[in-house]
Amino acid sequence: MNAVATTELSNKALTARFGRVVQRDPLWVRAGLICIALVYLFVLVFLPLVLVFVAAMAKGVAAYWSAIVDPAALDAIKLTLFISFASVSLNLIFGLAAAWSITKFHFRGKGLLITLIDLPFSVSPVVSGLIFVLLFGAQGWFGPWLYAHDIKIVFAWPAILLATTFVTSPFVARELIPLMQAQGCDEEQAAITLGASGWQIFRHVTFPNIRWALVYALILCNARAMGEFGAVSVVSGHIRGQTNTIPLHVEELYNEYSSAAAFSVASLLALFAFATLGIKILVESHTARNTRIDNTFRSLE
Amino acid sequence: MRNAASIKLTSIHKRFGSFPALNDVTLNIQPGQLAAILGPSGSGKTTLLRIIAGLETQNAGSLHFDSEDMTRTSPRDRHVGFVFQHYALFRHMTVLENIAFGLKVRRRKQGLSKKEIRDRALRLLNIVRLEGLENRMPQELSGGQRQRVALARALAIEPRVLLLDEPFGALDAKVRKELRRWLRLFHNEMGITTVFVTHDQDEALEIADQIVVMNHGRIEQVGAPTEVFERPATPFVQEFLGICENFQKPGILPDPVEVPDQMELPGVVEARA
Repeated sequence: MNAVATTELSNKALTARFGRVVQRDPLWVRAGLICIALVYLFVLVFLPLVLVFVAAMAKGVAAYWSAIVDPAALDAIKLTLFISFASVSLNLIFGLAAAWSITKFHFRGKGLLITLIDLPFSVSPVVSGLIFVLLFGAQGWFGPWLYAHDIKIVFAWPAILLATTFVTSPFVARELIPLMQAQGCDEEQAAITLGASGWQIFRHVTFPNIRWALVYALILCNARAMGEFGAVSVVSGHIRGQTNTIPLHVEELYNEYSSAAAFSVASLLALFAFATLGIKILVESHTARNTRIDNTFRSLE
Repeated sequence: MRNAASIKLTSIHKRFGSFPALNDVTLNIQPGQLAAILGPSGSGKTTLLRIIAGLETQNAGSLHFDSEDMTRTSPRDRHVGFVFQHYALFRHMTVLENIAFGLKVRRRKQGLSKKEIRDRALRLLNIVRLEGLENRMPQELSGGQRQRVALARALAIEPRVLLLDEPFGALDAKVRKELRRWLRLFHNEMGITTVFVTHDQDEALEIADQIVVMNHGRIEQVGAPTEVFERPATPFVQEFLGICENFQKPGILPDPVEVPDQMELPGVVEARA
C-alpha cells in the first residue's frame, strides 16, 4: 500500500515537472534493455580488457616484467612518450590559435578553415600516413631534396610526429570552438577598453574561461596520440629500438608469436587508458560542478 | 571629473559588407554632457558608440577627443569607459577583481600599489552603492547589481568619456526606471562626458542633456530634449518622438485604444520601423 502511494506521488511529481504522465514501460522491457546494454559492454569492453591482463600474466609476473624492461620495449615506450608529448604540445598551440582566430575575428575563408580542421577525423589514418610518404619519401615530392641534404623524415621520428600530430590535430580546436563561440567576445572587448594587452587578455580573461575544456581536450588528444597505429605504421618503417612506438611494438611481438610479451606491453596502453579515464572523470566533475553553480544562481534570479 | 573630454566625430562612414551602417555622421558632444543616441534598431546607434570606443573601425572620417586625434588610436589607449548591454563582467573574477582589473593591467604605467588599487576599487564599490558585495561572483548578483559593477569597472580607469550601450535594456521595467534616475544624479556629481545608446524615447528625454536621433545610419536631429520634442526637424523625428507625446496627452488622441503600456513602447516602435 505504502509503495503504491510512493509511486503515485513520484508520478505526480514527474507529471508536475514534465507536464504529462510519464509512460512506464513494463518490467520485462526495462530488464531486457538493461541486460542488452550490460552484455554488450561486458563482451565488447570489459572482457577484452580483462583478457589483456590475463594474457599478459600467462607466463607469470617475471615474464611480464621482463617483456616490459626489454630494451626494445623501453625504446618503444620512450618514443611513444616523446611523440605524444610533442604532438600534444603542437596541437595545443595550433588548437588555441585556430579556436582563437575562428571565434574572435572575422575573415574570409573561415568556413573553409573550420572544414579543414575536421579533415583528419574523416580521413582514414592509413591515408594520412601515405600523404607523408608521398611528400617526404624517397620517391616523394621533397624526397630528392631531403636526400641531398641528408635529412631523414620518413622512417624516422619526424614522420611519426607529423603523422600523429595530423591525426590528433582536431581535438583541441574542436573542443574549444563551440565553447568560445558560446562565450562571445564581450569580455575580451571589455578588457581591451580597460587597457589590457593581448597577452593580458588571454592570460586573465580568455584562458580562465576555457581552461577545463582545454585540459579535457588535451587528455583526449594524448590518449589518441599514444594509441595511434595506422598512420604511424605507414611512416615508421618498424625499425626496432628506433622507430617503433608501443602499438607497433605490440604488433611485432604478436606477429612473432610472443603473445604473452605482446599483451604485457599492451597492458601498458590499457593502464594509460585507465589513467586518462580517471583524469577525465575528475575534470568532468569539476566542470559539472561549475555549470551547476552557474545554473543555480541563474534560477535564483 | 577632472578629465572630461569633448567628442568630435567628422564625416564617419561605416559599411558592413554591402550594408551601410553609418553614412556621413558628424557630431559634437561637449565636455561634461550627458548625451543620448536614440533610434530604432538597425539605425546605426550602437555602431557609432563602438566606433567612439575603437571597438569598430570606421571606413572613413575622423574622431577627436578634445583636440586630440583618436582616429587611429587603439581602443586600449583611448581611455574610454565602456558599459556593455549584457554587462560582460569577467565571470571567473570577484566583484572587486572585476572593478580593479583596469587598474591592475595599467599598474606598471601608473605606479599604483596593490593597496591603492584595492582602496580605489572599494571606493568605487561605495559610489555604485554595492558596499559589502566585493567578494561575490558576478553570477551571484542581480541584473541591476551587475550593471552597476560594470559601471564601476569602467569608471575605475578614470575614463575621458563614458560610453553605455543600451545600459538598461536587459533590466526589468522597475529597476530600469530607478537606475536611469540614479545615472542622471550620478552624472551630475561626476561630470564625466557620457554617451548612452537607447531605443527608449522616455529614457532619452528624461535624463539626457542632448539627444541625437538616428535613422538608417544618418543623424536626423541633434538638440536638447525640449528642442527635438517641440521642433522635430524631420517627419521621422516627429513620428518617432510623437509616440511619447501621444502617451503624455492621451485625451487628445483620436485612437487611444492602441496606446500601450509605457514600458512597452520601444518594442512597438521597433515593430513599426
